[in-house]
Amino acid sequence: MAQGTAKSDYQGRIHNLQKDMIGRYYSRLTAAAENKGEKAIYMLISGNPVELIEAFDMIPVYPEVNALQLAAKKQSLPLILAAEEMGYSTDNCAYVKADVGMYFAGRKTPFATIPEPDLILCNYVGCNVYLQWFEHLQEYSKAPIYNLDVPFFRTNASDPSEDDIHYVVKQLEELIEILERMSGKKLDYKKLQRIMELSGETGELWSDIKRLAQQRPTPFDAYFDSVMMMAPLYCLRGTEDGLRFFQQAYKEMKQRADNHEGPLPEEKFRVVMEGPPPWPYLRQFRDMFSRWGAVAVASTYSTVGGIWEFGFRHDPQRPLESIARHMLQWNLTNRNFIQRYRQIHDYVKDWGADALVIHSVKSCRLFSAGQGDMREYFTKQLNVPTLLIESDLEDPRYFSEAQLRNRVDAFFESLEHQRMLVNK
Amino acid sequence: MTYGGGVDVGSTQTKAIILSEDRKIVGRSLINTGANVSMAAERSFREAAASAGIAPESVAYVVGTGYGRYKVNFGNAQITEISCHARGANFLFPKTRTVIDMGGQDAKGIRVGEQGDVKDFVMNDKCAAGTGRFLSNAAETVGLSLDKIGPVSLEAKKAVRLSTVCAVFVESDIMSYLAEGKTVPDILGGVHSAIAARTVALVRRVGIEPEVAFTGGVSRNIGMVKALEEKLGLPVNVCDDSHFIGAIGAAIFALERALGGDASAGSGKLGQVAAPASPSAQPSASAQ
Repeated sequence: MAQGTAKSDYQGRIHNLQKDMIGRYYSRLTAAAENKGEKAIYMLISGNPVELIEAFDMIPVYPEVNALQLAAKKQSLPLILAAEEMGYSTDNCAYVKADVGMYFAGRKTPFATIPEPDLILCNYVGCNVYLQWFEHLQEYSKAPIYNLDVPFFRTNASDPSEDDIHYVVKQLEELIEILERMSGKKLDYKKLQRIMELSGETGELWSDIKRLAQQRPTPFDAYFDSVMMMAPLYCLRGTEDGLRFFQQAYKEMKQRADNHEGPLPEEKFRVVMEGPPPWPYLRQFRDMFSRWGAVAVASTYSTVGGIWEFGFRHDPQRPLESIARHMLQWNLTNRNFIQRYRQIHDYVKDWGADALVIHSVKSCRLFSAGQGDMREYFTKQLNVPTLLIESDLEDPRYFSEAQLRNRVDAFFESLEHQRMLVNK
Repeated sequence: MTYGGGVDVGSTQTKAIILSEDRKIVGRSLINTGANVSMAAERSFREAAASAGIAPESVAYVVGTGYGRYKVNFGNAQITEISCHARGANFLFPKTRTVIDMGGQDAKGIRVGEQGDVKDFVMNDKCAAGTGRFLSNAAETVGLSLDKIGPVSLEAKKAVRLSTVCAVFVESDIMSYLAEGKTVPDILGGVHSAIAARTVALVRRVGIEPEVAFTGGVSRNIGMVKALEEKLGLPVNVCDDSHFIGAIGAAIFALERALGGDASAGSGKLGQVAAPASPSAQPSASAQ
């Protein structure tokens, strides 16, 4: 059948720009580790309030980003094993284990030396494992910890309640007091507003880029290429650099869209992807889809740090309230299943997808639980062909290439066969 | 006469089928896969051709399937066993709407359309729980050969309840039942019932509609046929060729392509089994 569609990996100016900018970000981390730089604030990706950190000229450190970088560079397994030797279970989140392993191996990585935390800011408590991850880091490093209690989005309403927003805003005010004490200076409100403005514009561009994927062919793979744009979104959002990156990214993607250029020579299947990629085997995983001419037009993973494509923008006029809304409502992981379903449903409909692919993560029971039901819902209720496959985002031991390829091949074979029957 | 060939390289056994132009099975072969997957594929294909009384080169088109499908170096195309099982089941039992396949490492359920097309499928996760491997470990523990355990399980008077479907832990479970003085038929009754329950739960995810075809190596086990029928409340279709169903489906695809004039037809690549395979394009044949 139609296998072997040649790859054309797009390399534009943004790839170099990303490398430069993230390289500079990692140099800042190394400088901080050598006590020559800014204060390091450990944070989680989910709905991160990076704007507040930048308002105090501190640097965000995301253990998740470091863990995935280690996995992508095939460095994660010895660190995971080191953590298991310490007593972490094989079923524990592999991000946690790689990070803890790295912490005790001297925090040295091929891309940076990771600084000790000056503050551990647990900004997402929807995952109880993450909460404990940061508590463990607190115990190891003895750094102060602040747990932002962000209520899970637990109703079917389209907006969080005023009480929930107020509850988070009050905690953000407490956080500001902590940051003021740490930095020895008062919050510069005008500066925060300017950062919010930069974040707002960045969000607007990111949203526009994502909407370009509604075109046929999509100018970029909204899963495999989006991940390249996620590091600037989390590490540089709210900075001039971050905005410049997204201006360039939009320009390039728009041009590709206008020229009807896609990531593959032929776009045969448009899919929505749910779940993070297997970082240790990203290329092999991508190849499993490319060879069928399958391109992602949307992905939920690219929204773990924030969802902008449905209209949310950081608001300079109401900085704390809009940061609270971002944390409560406009990031994937704080959403309940009904909202996650709706988001995927909108992608399938508005981005014109043929199918849904769920990549389930073995070491993340919390986020993967319910994906079997998700498959049922989309297959049986909405008649959207859905493939559920499983490996891991960090632990290479769970990646069984032959088994994954078998499922992916069978899925696209069946889609192709059904298309052939319809066209007969 | 135009012939189509299907070679199903499974984790345990390799099956080959030759179909004639009038869709009759004219040749077949079944061998153990062993360590050299390419060699097994070619040997099995040659044996099938010999049993059909034709030269291997006269087979116009060959489709490889199963985990080792990319090792069918002489084949013209590779198609997953999921598509092949659906087509094969449709060939043997044209009213098939559900396929339950149990092989050495895999258990899967396939919802099949009227034309033998795959509507939906599910497979066991990366674990041998409830597959052929589970049965062979159980057989070894009670000291019986694999082909005996099915008939013996039917003699169960009061089947035990196994606490596990793990292919590794089943041994200690069985040992403790033996120590308690349970009979071998009662233990094997429990073994078959546990796997049938797990498999039916898996297949329910695609929706079970009659008729149901039971395929793969385990379909030769009468104890499993009965256990599945009991759990499903439906008869399941099996026949002597159920074990070959993947190879049959592959041979149907091959024949259709040969007759449809696929440009890549012609099995001129036999004897190249030693040619090294590109690692990126050819996944390992032995899945974990």
